[in-house]
Amino acid sequence: MTEAEEREGTRPIRVLIGKPGLDGHDRGAKVVARALRDAGMEVIYTGLHQTPEEIVEAALQEDVDVVGLSILSGAHLTLVPAVLDLLHAQNMDDVVMVVGGIIPEEDAEELRKLGVKAVFGPGTETDDIVRFTRASVGRA
Amino acid sequence: MAKERRTPSGLEVKPVYRAEDVSADPVRDIGEPGQYPYTRGIHPGMYRDRLWTMRQFAGFGTAKETNERFHYLLRQGQTGLSTAFDMPTLMGYDSDDSRSLGEVGREGVAIDSLRDMERLFQGIPLGEVSTSMTINGPAIILFAMYLAVAEKQGVPWAKVRGTLQADILKEYIAQKEWIFPPEPSMRLIVDMMEFAAKEVPQWNTISISGYHIREAGSTAVQELAFTLADGFAYVEAAMARGMDVDEFAPRLSFFFNSHLSFFEEIAKFRAARRIWARRMRERYGAKNPRSLMMRFHTQTAGCSLTAQQPEVNIIRTAYEALAGVLGGTQSLHTNSMDEVLSLPTEKAVTIALRTQQVLAHEIDVTDTVDPLAGSYFIENLTDRMEAAAEDYFRRIDEIGGVLRGIEIGFFQREIADAAYRYQQEIDHKERLIVGVNAFVEEQEERIPILKIDPTVERSQRDAVQAVRQEREQAAVEAALEGVREAALSGRNLMPPILDAVRAYATEGEIVRTMRAVFGSYREAAVF
Repeated sequence: MTEAEEREGTRPIRVLIGKPGLDGHDRGAKVVARALRDAGMEVIYTGLHQTPEEIVEAALQEDVDVVGLSILSGAHLTLVPAVLDLLHAQNMDDVVMVVGGIIPEEDAEELRKLGVKAVFGPGTETDDIVRFTRASVGRA
Repeated sequence: MAKERRTPSGLEVKPVYRAEDVSADPVRDIGEPGQYPYTRGIHPGMYRDRLWTMRQFAGFGTAKETNERFHYLLRQGQTGLSTAFDMPTLMGYDSDDSRSLGEVGREGVAIDSLRDMERLFQGIPLGEVSTSMTINGPAIILFAMYLAVAEKQGVPWAKVRGTLQADILKEYIAQKEWIFPPEPSMRLIVDMMEFAAKEVPQWNTISISGYHIREAGSTAVQELAFTLADGFAYVEAAMARGMDVDEFAPRLSFFFNSHLSFFEEIAKFRAARRIWARRMRERYGAKNPRSLMMRFHTQTAGCSLTAQQPEVNIIRTAYEALAGVLGGTQSLHTNSMDEVLSLPTEKAVTIALRTQQVLAHEIDVTDTVDPLAGSYFIENLTDRMEAAAEDYFRRIDEIGGVLRGIEIGFFQREIADAAYRYQQEIDHKERLIVGVNAFVEEQEERIPILKIDPTVERSQRDAVQAVRQEREQAAVEAALEGVREAALSGRNLMPPILDAVRAYATEGEIVRTMRAVFGSYREAAVF
């Protein structure tokens, strides 16, 4: 971002949508990516089958404000902590982390304790995700 | 004036349909059940003679646990088996690979070597059941393992019945679980078709699948068109190998989704049979009637289930199942109400099976064949589904065929656009979903869900390492070298892969050997 953009807070919100793990269910990730883009954010989608290392590297390179992980393989309690740890190691704790997918409520509570700001399950309206994303970076 | 109505695929629906809306040549287009073009079903007597096969997809944890679920389902009156594999197995990684961490046994059963496959089918005589296996990228390896288990049980391959999904084109299009690039993947499929035509004559080597295309967000018309286009591509690939169309086409089968829009789904099934029969006869010159008959499995739409008020999913599933039966399906999986939350509990899967049993035995829809034939609306919609699919076939031809369409992201973009439209309709309340954007309950009741034992991953990792210790290493290496040579030379890969699994080479080892020759694949993601 340019200094002027930063001063005026006009830099668009930058979001990385990541698909860690082996599952190929990308319908939700793509719908959310597009809804955020239509809402004026800059969205980078990693594509499928990424390792946590690849996702954090992309987040760093792209200088994003928000990382959204889409996981429908049941491996969320392994993959999400791995990404959080790597973000921490890169001093990127200010990046907002959200997760979407098939996440049982008990596991969602666990993820929130670990620092995930929101867990979006099936049936979430995209408008809610847009609103949350803006609010999470102080642009409500 | 009332607002115009459309099906979810965008086809207009008039308030009333009349005789003039139906084909001028009903003998040609509708015909008789069991006769070309099979619009009314592939058998003259349909469910009066034989009910559909009730085939619930199952698999989780280790082979031992899934084997127990198989025995349970058979005791409850299920008539065929259907195996779900976990993500590492689907993607060709052993359970102790670093890429498998957290995923072992989560979404299906973990299979690393023949040892697991033996355990999976313990106590199940393979000459007496038919088994469907949802496996694509590494299908050829799992097929070899199944045949090796049959050998050990003393069951001749000629008696082995079942289906491999093995439809790799829809992986690039929709489900996105691939291992190798498209061209070597197509070769593996033709290798299996060629081998099975000679050695395992009752085996369906491929189940050409629209299910996942629909789950990825396509419309019914897109599901119909893309699936059949994939089917044509397989036929052309096998013919290019020099096989006679009537040698392999009778063993091709299909797999469709049954979603919520009741009449459009029924019309889709009827149109699918007609398109296939016409194309097989007119374009590919098939003469055997079995080559013209589209046999298909149906699964109710997982993507139509809601996490909110999950018990309501039982009702959605029942209507979708009814559409599959009125559409003339050969086998059916009904989803469990909790599959939007986790893999199903035994209670949920029992209700799902009971839903089929009610359909088969209590509501009398099986007494007459294709009861909706001649309905002005159904026949009109069937005609329009066929026409809309033909439009897509023309577009696919124009861009240079299915493989080219995958390469330029044509299918992926069409599906992503449709998925986004559908979500917007829900967000804008143009489409009401009970419990999601209408009739919402403030306090949601939680239902019990299946938990995968966290020790599964460790025990499976230990098990595959034990197999590597116990087997004869020189035999494994020789067998893997055979796989490598065949991959390079173009010789059929089935025989060397059979040798490798008999020697207890693991799935991951065989995949690595082939990947070294074939390379891997990465898509340019579009959204």
